[in-house]
Amino acid sequence: MKLQKATRYGLYAVLELARDPERQLSATDIAAIYDISANHLAKVLRDLGRARLVDSARGVGGGYRFSGNAKRVTLMDIIAVFEDISGDGPGAREEGEDTEIGQALNLVLSEIDDIARATFGSITIDTLLKTMRWRQERDRSPPANRLTID
Amino acid sequence: MAVSSNLSRQIDPQEPESLPEGAVTIRDATEADLAAVTDLDALNTGLAKPDYWQARFAETAVHGDRHFLIAETVNPNNEPVFAGFIVGEIRAWEFGSEPCGWVHSIGVYPGRRVSGIGTRLFDSICERFRADGVRLVRTMLAREDQLNMSFFRSQGMMAGAFIELEKPID
Repeated sequence: MKLQKATRYGLYAVLELARDPERQLSATDIAAIYDISANHLAKVLRDLGRARLVDSARGVGGGYRFSGNAKRVTLMDIIAVFEDISGDGPGAREEGEDTEIGQALNLVLSEIDDIARATFGSITIDTLLKTMRWRQERDRSPPANRLTID
Repeated sequence: MAVSSNLSRQIDPQEPESLPEGAVTIRDATEADLAAVTDLDALNTGLAKPDYWQARFAETAVHGDRHFLIAETVNPNNEPVFAGFIVGEIRAWEFGSEPCGWVHSIGVYPGRRVSGIGTRLFDSICERFRADGVRLVRTMLAREDQLNMSFFRSQGMMAGAFIELEKPID
């Protein structure tokens, strides 16, 4: 599955802000961390604001802050702000898809998309950040001290 | 836990995010728990399976590597109240897999979810699996079962090295 650039920027922004919900960061701050376009990210942040996933404060020291519930918002909720990967709509028709081979190939592609959707829909912001921290701690600890089931 | 396509619809926002330390007790199941387990499973799946739960419990009594655990909270009179269960076992060498712990079922009463009971049950069965000498825990879920999928993901579980394949043969 290939996500659009805006979707990827949206995921970066929400996850970066949710790491510390008290912290305010500007589009320029976040763009510098991920080495991405600040102009494009500013548009993405406005979309996230309309979706009530981030709050913005104007003026000196202003910026964006995560305003969702990290234990409820999933990666799919963020993706849905920018693109429809639900698979419910008719979608763009692809050349050759009505042929026997085209239909068989579509079955395989749908299987992959179903798994991707189930994965995005089951990972909350909190889970992703928690898993990232667990992995960092695990990588830092010597093998003998690692949790055996994690 | 109930099969659901939308986690947020299953959760009462008034529920506490976690119960106080010591408010949940985890213990081995007894035969007297089976009616409550059957009821909770029927509530979550829409199908009462008393014979199945009786058989699982009987296996646990015979095989030391099968675990059937119960979570209890207390009511205002300080009496224990059934809150949920988890069932699992050690399996070895299926499809070439080294011995590992399998979680077959987990259930928490809808009104007591999102308060750490599921996590206590999962942590407890992982402790049992560790004591049995394995280093990996697995489970299998329906793709659309977002509630359980979110729960197990929140415990750090990810897609593993095996993939399930199936085909109708009727």
